Amino acid sequence: MNGLRAASLDLGTLLLPEIMLSVGAMFVLLYGVFAPEGVVSTRRAHLLAIVVTLATAAAAAMLANQAAPLGAASGPLAWDGFRWASVAVILLGVLGSLVMAMEYNEGAALSAPEPPALVLFSATGMLLLVGSRDLMLIFLGIELMSLAIYVLTGLDRSRAGSAEAALKYFLLGAFSTGFLLYGMALVYGATGTTNLTQMAAVIESRTLGTDPLLVGGLALLFVGFSFKVAAVPFHMWTPDVYEGAPTPYTAFMAAGVKTAAFAAFARLLLDGLGPAYASWHYAAWVLAAVTMVVGNVLALAQQNVKRMLAYSSIAHAGYLLVAITSRSADGVASLVFYSLAYTLATIGSYCVLSIVSGGIEKRTRLTDLAGLARTRPALATAMAVFMLSLLGFPVAGGMGFFAKWYILRAALNSPTPQIKLAVIFVLASVVSAGYYLGVITTMFMKPPADDALPSRGVDARLTGGVVAVAAVLLLFLGVYPSPAVRWARASTMPMSPARAVAAPTPMQALAPVNSQPMLP
Amino acid sequence: MIREALYVSAILFSIGVLGVLTRRNALILFMCVELMLNAVNLSFIALARLHGVSGQVFVLFVMTVAAAEAAVGLAIVISVFRHYRTVDLGRIRLLRG
Amino acid sequence: MGTFYTVHFWLFSALAIVAALAMVTRRNPVAAALWLVNVMFALAALYVMLGAHFLGAAQVLVYAGAIMVVFVFVVMLLNLGENDVQERRSMGAAAASSLLGGVLAAELLYVIRSQPLNDSVLQPVDNDAMAPMANSLFTENLVAFEVTSVLLLVAVIGAVVLAKRGKVAGEART
Repeated sequence: MNGLRAASLDLGTLLLPEIMLSVGAMFVLLYGVFAPEGVVSTRRAHLLAIVVTLATAAAAAMLANQAAPLGAASGPLAWDGFRWASVAVILLGVLGSLVMAMEYNEGAALSAPEPPALVLFSATGMLLLVGSRDLMLIFLGIELMSLAIYVLTGLDRSRAGSAEAALKYFLLGAFSTGFLLYGMALVYGATGTTNLTQMAAVIESRTLGTDPLLVGGLALLFVGFSFKVAAVPFHMWTPDVYEGAPTPYTAFMAAGVKTAAFAAFARLLLDGLGPAYASWHYAAWVLAAVTMVVGNVLALAQQNVKRMLAYSSIAHAGYLLVAITSRSADGVASLVFYSLAYTLATIGSYCVLSIVSGGIEKRTRLTDLAGLARTRPALATAMAVFMLSLLGFPVAGGMGFFAKWYILRAALNSPTPQIKLAVIFVLASVVSAGYYLGVITTMFMKPPADDALPSRGVDARLTGGVVAVAAVLLLFLGVYPSPAVRWARASTMPMSPARAVAAPTPMQALAPVNSQPMLP
Repeated sequence: MIREALYVSAILFSIGVLGVLTRRNALILFMCVELMLNAVNLSFIALARLHGVSGQVFVLFVMTVAAAEAAVGLAIVISVFRHYRTVDLGRIRLLRG
Repeated sequence: MGTFYTVHFWLFSALAIVAALAMVTRRNPVAAALWLVNVMFALAALYVMLGAHFLGAAQVLVYAGAIMVVFVFVVMLLNLGENDVQERRSMGAAAASSLLGGVLAAELLYVIRSQPLNDSVLQPVDNDAMAPMANSLFTENLVAFEVTSVLLLVAVIGAVVLAKRGKVAGEART
């Protein structure tokens, strides 16, 4: 009885953001029950969801500056800078997609109060995912996030592509859940616990680093997570699902799911399975290299901007894997910094697509962007900033350059320097210039196409506002990155030491553990 | 009997994976996924005999998730059927793979 | 473990595997669903033999009783017969899939084989099937338990949103 009371006392604080989001989502649903059907109610439901998100962000910011409550040190929920930083990035993505969805959904088949509620529920799952330190919670967080997103993908009942994308995402997602779960079962079998902190202690004290059950579990976990973050041998669903889903929810998927799944993956690998580094390091290395190369090369051939961005998001999964592979505090900080830059640029570019296509999903081809610089110069400039940011171009690409630079530094300065991986990273980025610059030349050099298709004529002023904010933030943090760097460096998480690493090679033993600050 | 139960679980899981890879009927594909989840449950229950009750609690959560997935998944299948009049994944080919 | 136990363990294991193979190869979705129910019953028996009495019952009620009924219901609703889906796959693809499945099975079996598992360190089976689970569920795993409630809510909303024939959708299409 005591345990129960002590637990419930802490949970109010530990879970405050998650509770706020899910209860807020229920209020949005309740509003939908009592409000009359129609465009105005849909708009209000979205506004309510935006208010809930802002309130949650404020609460999270308040909590981040508080001391950890009782039982946070080793319990199922973490209380560290990494959690709060990831929460901030995710809520930023939620906010952007909600604003976009509010204007996109108006008058469309999606006019209903359920979509914003589902976005909030999915965000609850994401928040749980970045904060959880227990296999059960990671599993449930992934499922909560994914289930809501399957529905959001298939929301547009008037388009066959939307339903089909939902089916594809659902079947492959459920399939990958099977692998993830089997991996969790084997890891649980090897260590006897689902708690990541205890897991690390058990692996270390019993030197389980190369235990067959643990290694088998690791392999299956890699398969499961690779599906979720769209890393290369398991990326096939991404372009189809991104193309088929309604654009605001594609943005939500691209930004939120990636950040949340990567945060959970990083915590699992670096904290719980940190002592088994020798067993997963090579797999992560290969996955990162293949994902970067294949993602960027396949993106070159795309004619549809949504599909191109899908392949680009695959490539970015590879870059983020490099940050995990470097396994250091700098690596974690660069992961957070990169997630922020990626979220801003992704949300921004999907907002531009949503405006340009006027809510008509077929008009997201590359040719639809032709001559945008002449018809809508501000929009074209913002899109150029997003593309250059995703590319990692200095100055004009804003924060994107520093994001890539920090990952590169983290890889080179890691306890086991990743020189080959860094070379692949740079080469893959060079290849990606092919398609990012292609978008820019299409916008600025090509004449506008004959506009035969009528626009749905939706009001997109607020979406334009999101574009402006994202572009300005990216540029500002590109010129003056220190606040974001300080914020990212504060986002630490406990990492288990890796004494189970077999015998270090002479080179590894000699390499100095670099602890210089990240700021140039 | 723990090792034997884990063997059975591994075989069932592989049969499920094989089914997902070979079948084209969306509903049967989904059933194969359910088989995979059931196989994992058997592993968890066998391992719970070694490590205590938390393995069993995990199974309870997996069952809940499976129920939720079934509800959403079958709704998605129905909405696809409305557009295509089939659940044949080979004939649903609007999006390129 | 006595012979009685061993015999029944292998009996139900064999039943589960045979039924699973039958499920994967059936063309008719109703037949596949019924074979899957068979697998689930056999697994429920194995759960009980492994000391998870409550989960054995839940398996029958939730999986075999509820989830599979929904499956059969949807098959009937869509009125799917044997010939609605063409399982036309090239021999090469089928061989590759079988190879992949076989390799996976071999690897998993190898992993389990090389694991030192000791039957003598088994936890005692509590005759009270519920108390230990309830204890764990409502104290250390309370957060996860609460999350499942939100998960089920999402499933309900999602199913309704997707499956309802909204009049809003009809208007927007015209």
